[in-house]
Amino acid sequence: MADTHGLGQDRLVWMFTQMLRIREFEERVKRSFEELPGLLRGHTHLADGAEASIVGSLTVLQPGDQILTTYRCHGYPIVLGTDPKAMMAEIFGKATGLCRGYGGSMHLTDPARGFLGTSGIVGQGIPQATGAAYAAQIARKNQVVLCFFGDGASKQGAFHESLNIASLWKLPIVYVMENNSYNVVTRVEQEDANAAAGEPLSVKARAYSMPGVTVDGGDPVAVYGEVAAAAARARAGNGPTLVESKVYRLSAHGNIIVPPGIPLHFPEHEAIAVFGDTEEYEAAKRGDPVPRFRARLIADGTLTAEGADAIAAEVRQEMQGAIDFGASSPFPEPADAVKFVYA
Amino acid sequence: MRELPYIAAIEEAIRQEMDRDESVLLFGQNIATTENDPFLAAFGHDRVRVTPISETAEIGMAVGAALAGYRPVVELYMAEFMLVAMDQIVNEAPRFRYMSGGQVKVPVVLKAGYGFTAGWAGQHTGSIYGMFMGVPGLKIALPATAADAKGLMATAIRDDNPVVFFHHYLLTLAPGEVPEGEYLVPFGQASIVRPGSDVTIVATGWMVGRAVAAAERLAGEGVSAEVIDPRTLAPLDTDTIIESVSRTGHLVLVDQATRHASASAVIAAEVADAGFGYLKAPIRQVTALDTPVPYSKPMEEYVLPDEDKIVDAVRRVLSPVSVT
Repeated sequence: MADTHGLGQDRLVWMFTQMLRIREFEERVKRSFEELPGLLRGHTHLADGAEASIVGSLTVLQPGDQILTTYRCHGYPIVLGTDPKAMMAEIFGKATGLCRGYGGSMHLTDPARGFLGTSGIVGQGIPQATGAAYAAQIARKNQVVLCFFGDGASKQGAFHESLNIASLWKLPIVYVMENNSYNVVTRVEQEDANAAAGEPLSVKARAYSMPGVTVDGGDPVAVYGEVAAAAARARAGNGPTLVESKVYRLSAHGNIIVPPGIPLHFPEHEAIAVFGDTEEYEAAKRGDPVPRFRARLIADGTLTAEGADAIAAEVRQEMQGAIDFGASSPFPEPADAVKFVYA
Repeated sequence: MRELPYIAAIEEAIRQEMDRDESVLLFGQNIATTENDPFLAAFGHDRVRVTPISETAEIGMAVGAALAGYRPVVELYMAEFMLVAMDQIVNEAPRFRYMSGGQVKVPVVLKAGYGFTAGWAGQHTGSIYGMFMGVPGLKIALPATAADAKGLMATAIRDDNPVVFFHHYLLTLAPGEVPEGEYLVPFGQASIVRPGSDVTIVATGWMVGRAVAAAERLAGEGVSAEVIDPRTLAPLDTDTIIESVSRTGHLVLVDQATRHASASAVIAAEVADAGFGYLKAPIRQVTALDTPVPYSKPMEEYVLPDEDKIVDAVRRVLSPVSVT
């Protein structure tokens, strides 16, 4: 295999397994719109297509490290070890959910595993992650914080204010921008001066005197390499890095936004539905990071085809268990709605 | 008891809480820019930092540091500067505990001066606590005396929820007796500043002093006015107010905020809802007019509540013809 940045065979297989788990979880969420009508409410955002970037980034974590993410948040806790049963129950609004049914798809939180929370408002988790990095700096426990957000968020003031302070204070944080080329239905070239000028979005780091790198977000090992280097720099007290991870989401931004009465479902990806660019989407499917990593591991002898199939079968079973648990769990007591307003 | 200016009482509370609890942090704009700064000298760069003019980052970072186990106090200077970062105050800090099903807490104190009606014109003079009052998960402290300023700040820092601590700019140097050492004023407990039997006057902040002055004048007319300061707007101690109205039968609400964004509008609704049977006359509200605050002094005075307007309102509620 090409450079594995010191990742051993077991670790590579673990990474592949996590990618499969995210993919299967998200496909089951998506199918639930039709298979379990009415359970999914509001707005759901899927991480299919970003598995390599998520897993490559989180493989860097050490005990005590922390993350904050966006509302497209299902992938991260799966890798951190959160029980997919509790996640699915949360997405189904059940009392057994990770957040007891108070948060839903957009607000998964698991502080016991370092997942401090998710803001549903674009860009607003960035200062929160920066504050957690300030806490990590003064706690002196060698922690880093990974801050995940999309390309759209880099047009928010919260992004710029936070990167300025993080660089100024040399905070132990890695800003992982998952650039999926779309802010909902707006292409990145339509709203980003760097993109319009043909430059990578990582050049934004220059304005704040920090390193900025762009990486193929479809390659978990490459993502791991860049995020690991950034995390090492952060742990050494040398401050933050902006990592632009180029991904392609394989589902639309989210399920359709419609008034009650119309069944929820996922529309076609914006490349096709809005821009009529079927080839762009098909090319992304051909480059799907999950089969791509599978082929690579088989080609270099890390995994056999039978071994990969066996993992996939286990993952399917695990996520069927999550669906069954979520579907059969009870709803919360209505009057519990007044709990947890105040600590 | 020794006296301290209102602002010094607030600083004493922060200092004592920072001494007591190493997780308390202080950061914000234009503080601790030299090594001589007393907070910096006492607590060091880890816990005391100057920030850029970046309210969204300052408050968002406070939320993140709180999620990670610290208790940040953010110096925001003027309440209106919070408007730059409303998402963090309204839609982030008070939501995280709830959305996580009680898994996390966000103990943050936002220290914000308000009501600087001394010629600061339209953008630095507002009494904007009303727009935070209806936000579940937020607490709001509004001290009117130096002692309450100390006690409410200490309580705010120990509270496990986000607290907006509004201190009134016109009271900055107002002296008052302040207990030394640990001093906590509980949230949600109104203070009966002046007992009385004919009319209940509820006032906040700078208006508490104006209401007491009005009550003294009214005493000369044979009117016994009770003055109540809620001290915190969230939680709001409606019990003390309604109990007072049950004795006096009359209610005048005094608030420096514009009427439709005032605490008095909320208090009036609560008393109408739960204490209507005690009222012998309609409730009267003495608030700022629904205008921005003008620069020029005579116009500024015109839009704000004052002692004369309070006296007039009390006379009206106590007069039988006032019902019409």
